[in-house]
Amino acid sequence: MLLAFGVYALARCLILGLNQTNMDNRFAFGLWIFLDLTVIALGAGAFFTGFLLYILRRHELKSVINSAVVIGFICYSGAILLLMVDVGQPLRAWFTFWYPNVHSMLTEVTFCITCYLMVLAIEYVPVILKNRKLRYIPSFLCFEFELHKLMYVLAGVGTFLSFFHQGSLGGLYGVMQARPFAYREGFFIWPSTFFLFIASAMAAGPSFLVLTTMLVEKISGKRLVEHSVLSLLGKISGMILIVYVFLKSLDTMVWINHTSPSAGVEAYRYYQWQPFGSWILFAEIVLFGLAPALILMNKSKREDMRWLVSAAALVCSGIALNRFVLTIQTLSLPSLPFDPFLSYSPSWQESAAFLAVVAYGVLIYSFSYRYLPLFPQERDLEASHVSH
Amino acid sequence: MSAVKQGKSRYGMVIDLDLCTGCGACMVSCASENNVPPAQKGTTERTGLTWMRVAKAENGLPFPESRGVFFPVLCQQCGTHTPCVAVCPQQAVDVDPETGVVGQMAERCLGCRYCMVACPYHARYFNWNDPVWPAGMEKTLNPAVATRMRGVVEKCNFCHGRLQAAKAKAAAEGRRDLHPGEYVPACVEACPAGAMVFGDLNERTSDVAQAAADPQAFRLLEKLGTGTKVYYKSRHDWVRRMGRDGKEA
Repeated sequence: MLLAFGVYALARCLILGLNQTNMDNRFAFGLWIFLDLTVIALGAGAFFTGFLLYILRRHELKSVINSAVVIGFICYSGAILLLMVDVGQPLRAWFTFWYPNVHSMLTEVTFCITCYLMVLAIEYVPVILKNRKLRYIPSFLCFEFELHKLMYVLAGVGTFLSFFHQGSLGGLYGVMQARPFAYREGFFIWPSTFFLFIASAMAAGPSFLVLTTMLVEKISGKRLVEHSVLSLLGKISGMILIVYVFLKSLDTMVWINHTSPSAGVEAYRYYQWQPFGSWILFAEIVLFGLAPALILMNKSKREDMRWLVSAAALVCSGIALNRFVLTIQTLSLPSLPFDPFLSYSPSWQESAAFLAVVAYGVLIYSFSYRYLPLFPQERDLEASHVSH
Repeated sequence: MSAVKQGKSRYGMVIDLDLCTGCGACMVSCASENNVPPAQKGTTERTGLTWMRVAKAENGLPFPESRGVFFPVLCQQCGTHTPCVAVCPQQAVDVDPETGVVGQMAERCLGCRYCMVACPYHARYFNWNDPVWPAGMEKTLNPAVATRMRGVVEKCNFCHGRLQAAKAKAAAEGRRDLHPGEYVPACVEACPAGAMVFGDLNERTSDVAQAAADPQAFRLLEKLGTGTKVYYKSRHDWVRRMGRDGKEA
């Protein structure tokens, strides 16, 4: 139902045009870009878990890698789907490959996301081939075996691509020299947001994996993964988050004291426009950053599933808030003194289109859970549960 | 009058805010020159198309000290750091090295609107709807300017059609160079108050270069380092401060 309704909304946007949205000439990016950035950060669990498992050999993560790949695939394909509707001339998407502007962060994003979706699709194939029935076909079994040998290469390529596009998504706003609220100085051609986005995505990915796994456990009523694996994911998330919070605080100080004033705007002026007071900065760094990081760094807390889930939820909300600030707050602030502060709320078509992507994700995940071994430990854990 | 060498030009504009009455003639002439379609039902101030808008600003003081000013805002033709050019993923925006004018190729544009987000002057407009001209009005379309389609971004290009026409005329007369005043955008021509001056900023003796060098001249949000080629001028300190520093009076 939701999917059909959302597809109807998407079709309206494609056929009738983007006048179906509430975006306008100043709010040129809206709900979709904000959610694309968030969803891609949450989908970072796929590359990062792959990196930890195949490159750093953390074998205990084998029990969540299949789920991570499927979530990554859903997040990336969903985001690309929304992006295709978000542009005014979707049929010209290939122009970016044909006439690329190598100086544009969006070019880098387009290239990397497209390539990485292909990597995810290839990584998805062996999971599909593990289906109970498909395994009976010998050639599929051989193919899966061969693909498994490639996994190390794919994990490496995926990590490389993900580093670049997660970073470029941050760079997207960070390079805008003429929008001082978003602009950040950096290293060589990359603004600091490039590195902050990589770090925050690496922190959010494992947390999102914890959340989805716990959700599926709750819905199915089964134990799917050893909880020690989940708290390991929490620990990894917390460790990276603490580094991120440190870097973000440093970056904010440089921005407040140097970058923004040299572009002619004292940073306090941004926070005079309500409702975006300085509380939003506090929430982003302390409430949704430092607080969950400290919880996850505490061994006894992260082994308690209630604390773990709460902290993971805070991490994911924090990432969403960070993306919201960069996308929506940047656009609502006026840059010319005679322009007003603007507000924007998405139209039903925009919301429905996103809900369609959520519905698509739930469907793909449910089918994958039903027919594929998303959690290899599930059977053993169930068996031990029954024997007890 | 000395001839202007092509290939070395840097076209720019100076708008005297003390002369501007806010009549909007520049907006109307721009729309008719550049085939900007009329607003459709449901279009708002935020979704409409206009390559030029006249914004009103006030000094914020109570009567009798209250003062107002009109800022005609068009593409500022950034020179040193052109935000829209840098961000466009498929090179649909470029700076003409011969004239310094920032151009927008509608046929190349993906409609991603990244350029609009990057522009601090909000001088770029998206075609949210299919352009429609009421019956009969299509006869007023300017054949020298291509209309744009739904889903692409458009903006002021200092009346590119007029530059081409001036070049063609010069070529027909066997000249390689344009005479000053031979190429003037529609808004400058239409301004009844004579508030706008246009020409080559590189030509030191030109009216525009001299007006731009006036101590009362300034550029919008100068500290951004965009090196714009549209200058404003006012004898009022609060107007200059407001435009140059982006601070409310």
